[in-house]
Parts: sequence; structure tokens; C-alpha cells
Amino acid sequence: MKNVDRIPKYKKIKSDIIFPTFGFIALFLVVSFIFTLVFDIFLDGFVKLKDPNFYISFPSRFPDKAGILSGWVGTLLVMAGAIFWSLLIGVPAGIYLEEYAKKRGFIGKIEKIIELNINNLAAVPAIIYGLLALGIFVYRFKLGESILTAGLTLSILMLPVIVVNTREAIRRIPKDIREAAYAVGATKWDTVRDHILPYSLGGILTGLIIGASRAIGETAPLITIGALTFIAFLPPNPFIAEFPYISFAKYWEVLMSPFTVLPIQIFNWVSRPQAGFQINAAAAGFILLVLTVVMNALAYYIRLKVRRKYIW
Amino acid sequence: MFSSLGYKKYVDKFMLAVFLTASFITIFITIGIIYVLIVDTFQFFKIVSIKEFLTEKEWTPVFATKKFGIWPLISGTFLIAAIAMVVSIPLGLLIAIYLSEYASDTIKEIAKPIIEFLEAVPTVVYGYFTLLFVTPLLQKIVPNLESFNSLAPGIVLGFMILPYTASMAEDAMKGVPQRIREASYALGATKFWTAIKIIIPASISGIVAGFILGASRAVGETMVVAISAGMYPNLTIDPRLPIQTMTGYIVQVALGDLPFGSIEYLSIFAVGFTLFLIAFIFNSIALWLKSKIRETY
Repeated sequence: MKNVDRIPKYKKIKSDIIFPTFGFIALFLVVSFIFTLVFDIFLDGFVKLKDPNFYISFPSRFPDKAGILSGWVGTLLVMAGAIFWSLLIGVPAGIYLEEYAKKRGFIGKIEKIIELNINNLAAVPAIIYGLLALGIFVYRFKLGESILTAGLTLSILMLPVIVVNTREAIRRIPKDIREAAYAVGATKWDTVRDHILPYSLGGILTGLIIGASRAIGETAPLITIGALTFIAFLPPNPFIAEFPYISFAKYWEVLMSPFTVLPIQIFNWVSRPQAGFQINAAAAGFILLVLTVVMNALAYYIRLKVRRKYIW
Repeated sequence: MFSSLGYKKYVDKFMLAVFLTASFITIFITIGIIYVLIVDTFQFFKIVSIKEFLTEKEWTPVFATKKFGIWPLISGTFLIAAIAMVVSIPLGLLIAIYLSEYASDTIKEIAKPIIEFLEAVPTVVYGYFTLLFVTPLLQKIVPNLESFNSLAPGIVLGFMILPYTASMAEDAMKGVPQRIREASYALGATKFWTAIKIIIPASISGIVAGFILGASRAVGETMVVAISAGMYPNLTIDPRLPIQTMTGYIVQVALGDLPFGSIEYLSIFAVGFTLFLIAFIFNSIALWLKSKIRETY
């Protein structure tokens, strides 16, 4: 009571009007920051965005002829790799930690370490993953500065997001489901395959898209492994006319080929002094921005859908 | 009775092994990171003494006379992080209090995804925006601002880390039980004084944890500073001058051709190791603060 008495009357009333006003202004500042960012990059790159040649041309010394063909093909291939590897490791790891973990004794301690470790991985600066990839994948495993290396690097970046989302999705499934399955004689794996996985698929997908939307704009780790900025060719086409419709030698060539990705292309263009390249950078940046917005919106939508579908 | 399970028992065991292996791989990633960082940093210190690394005041690995003093890079990194925090802490706190104590549900529902979106924007896009929009704009206000400087990237980073400084702070404030708020109102305190005297002290560890994670993010951020802060390792606290951060140096060296085992190659691991240690300390403090939240109530 004493505390409140010391506050003069005028302060009591005014602070509750003034403060939220400032709060709202701060929020407005953030929103206008985002709008300025989006509009600036859109207006700067507009000329190139409406030019169809921009999407199907290789980079060039001449800014008006340069395009993002090798950039978006590279991004597509690298992301395919990153998604594959991060699902391969992330989903089983999430299932183990949530479904199988014993949580006590010696094994429990190891599980605790795994859990802490995944949390720590999420907080490591992205460029450190680039150093890991450079030291291990490029030089010690001799995988070179290839699409395979890039995919592996980005998959490590996505891994914590996928594990966390998988675990959250599984945790939402009530215990009754598992017990009902066991009661009719299902093994643990039967339960996971027939119930846990299908019900948590939406959550896993959300995690995958959010993770991918982060990885797609990531530049630093790929620069560190030595991705080239100037690529004027595409990886070979691994598909063939006869059975089995895919040539494995060619496929390996694809994995091993040098690459560039959209963000690196943007970085390269931004650092050039000519204004023409900066227009290209803005256009490519806007495309990247749109991709991340679409992916995040999709994740948001799926999360909403899933929550409505399974109400336990 | 269970003999009818047959092969299923083995499938079950096999799948357990698969899941367990996947979990262990996540540990191998950390071991891999620590292994490369330590081994290559050790190689680096065979050529350059630790004493030089820590006492020399210049960082000139690409010059003819190579000097390896980490301080210009550390000062550059922390200068930018400090500017980012000066922007982000007041802004984040203001937004957090507003959202958790005043805002209607509609505003909250719109504001949250917008703030979270700041983290989703590709950093290279922020870099473009900093170099070609924010810096020219600031040059009209701040005299003698060079086209590469630490002020503009610092300000942009301040916005970029709002998901930590605003969103996490708001989550911490929301975690304060409603009964405590109501007890304060019942004593006649206004919303503002409740927020200042009750809510913030009660959720301070969560708020500070968010600030520290934000700072850690600003320290490790690469593309914004590589594009717009310059490439000049410069031991200065003048935000108008070009500088270089640890991450910026790694990018600069990696853009060239890197022979395995060369001094430039090894130096980026030494710098990376320093960065890793700083980030690790920051994250540990944040994690410790977060664990304190649960003890309170």
C-alpha cells in the first residue's frame, strides 16, 4: 500500500496512456522497417523481375545479361539434399528421444546429453557449420566443394528445428493411443509406424518447412566451404530414357558438381560497384524473400490445419 | 503366448537401433565441430604464438608482414553487437511490455508473426538493405559516415534480433501468473507500475536470457556485416569507420582460394574457435538464466 501511495496522482493516470502509446509506436516502427525493406528491394529490382530472360540466363560480366539460372537450379539441388539428410537423421532422433528414451540410469544420462547437445547445436553461429564442413567434408572426407557437401552442411543447420518439431508433435499425442495399440498386441515399432508417425506428420512437415526456409537463405556456411560465385553451366541431367530411368554415374556427377546458390549470387552482385549488378541483387533478393514468406505462411497454415484435425 | 510375435520382435529391435544411431549422429556433429576447431587451431598456434594472438594490436594476415592480433576483430564484433543491443533492448522491452500487458488479442495475433518474421528474412537481403538503403539514409544525418561502417549494420542487427529481445521477453512476462498481476491491481497500482515494479522484476531472468541470446546472435551474424561493415580490421570504437568482425574475416578469406593447411586456412579456424567460445559462453549463461525461471514459481 505504501508503495502505491508514493506514486503521485497525475503519474498514475498519465503513465497508462503515455506508455502504451510508446509501445504502439515501437511496434509501428518495426512494421514500417519490414515494409521499407520489402518495398525497397522490390522497387530496386522491379526492372529485372519482369524480365523473363533474368530467370533463364547464366551469370555474366554484363549486368543486363546476367541471370539467376545457375543460382536457382543450385538452390533447388542443394535444398533437396539438405531436406533428405535432415529428415533421415532428425525424425528418427526425435522419435527416439520422445518415444524410446528411458530417462533414467546410465542411458538416461546419455539421453540428457543428446538433448542438451541438440539445443546447443541450434545456438551455434551458422558460419561455424561452414568451418566444420570445410574441415571435415571438403578436406578430410574429400567430398570437394560440391552439391553433396552443401546439402550436408545445410542439413546440420536444419537438424535442430526438425528434431524439436518432431518431438513437439509426438508429445501432443495422448498416452491412450499408445496403450490402446499395445493392448491389441502391437509392438513399439508397430505403434510408431501405424499411429505415432501418421499423427505427427503435420508437425514434422511444419518443422521441415521452417527449417528449409532458414536454410534456403543461408549464405555464410556455403561461402566458407568455397562455393563458387560464377557458374555458367548446369549439372548434367541424370535422367535417361531407358529403365531404370536414372543413370547412377551421372547422378554421382550431379552430387559432385560445383554449384552456386541464390544467396551467394546475391552476395556476389551486392559486392560489385556497378549499379546494374545491384539491380540484379535486389531482384534475386526479392525472389528469395518471397520464397521464405511463402514457406513460412505454408508452415503456419499446416500448423493451424493439424491443430484442428487432431483434437484429443 | 508371445511366440506369435515371431519376426516382429527382431524388427522392433532393429528399429530401436536405427533410432538410437540417428540420435548419436547428432552428438558426432558436435564432436566433429570441436575436433576441427581444436585440431586446426592447434596447428595455427604452432606457427603463431598464443601470446602474439592475444597481445598484438593488428590483424593483417593478407599483408606482406603478417600480424595476428585477434583484438581488432573482437572489438569490431562487439562494437556491432553493442550497437545492436542499444537499438534492440529499449525497442524490445517496450514492445514486450506493450504486448504482454496492454495490447488486445487481435494486435497480439498480428504482431507476433511479424516480429518472428524478422528472423526468417535471409541475412543477405538484410545486407543489401543495409548497404544500399540504411547507410545512404544515415549519411544524410550523421556527418563523416563512411560508406562501410559499423553503425548501419548495428542498427539493422538490432531489428533482426527482436525475435529474441522482444518475443522472448514477452513470453517471460506472460509466464508471470495472473494472480500476481491481480494482487498488484487490487492494491491500487496502475498497469504501468505493475509492469515496472512487479512483472519485470518477476520475469527478469527470462528477459535477460532473451537479451543474451540476441547478443549471441548478433555476434555470430555474418552476411550483414560482411556486406556492409567493410573489410578493415580496425581497433576503434568509432561507429562511423569501417571495421571487420570475426565472421567477416572468415568470409573474406573463404572467398579466396584456400590451400589446405596454409596459414590463412588455419587462421579462420582460430578465429572460428574464438567465436565458438564466445557464443558458447553466451548461450550457457542464457540457458542457466532460463532454468532459473522454473525455480521461481
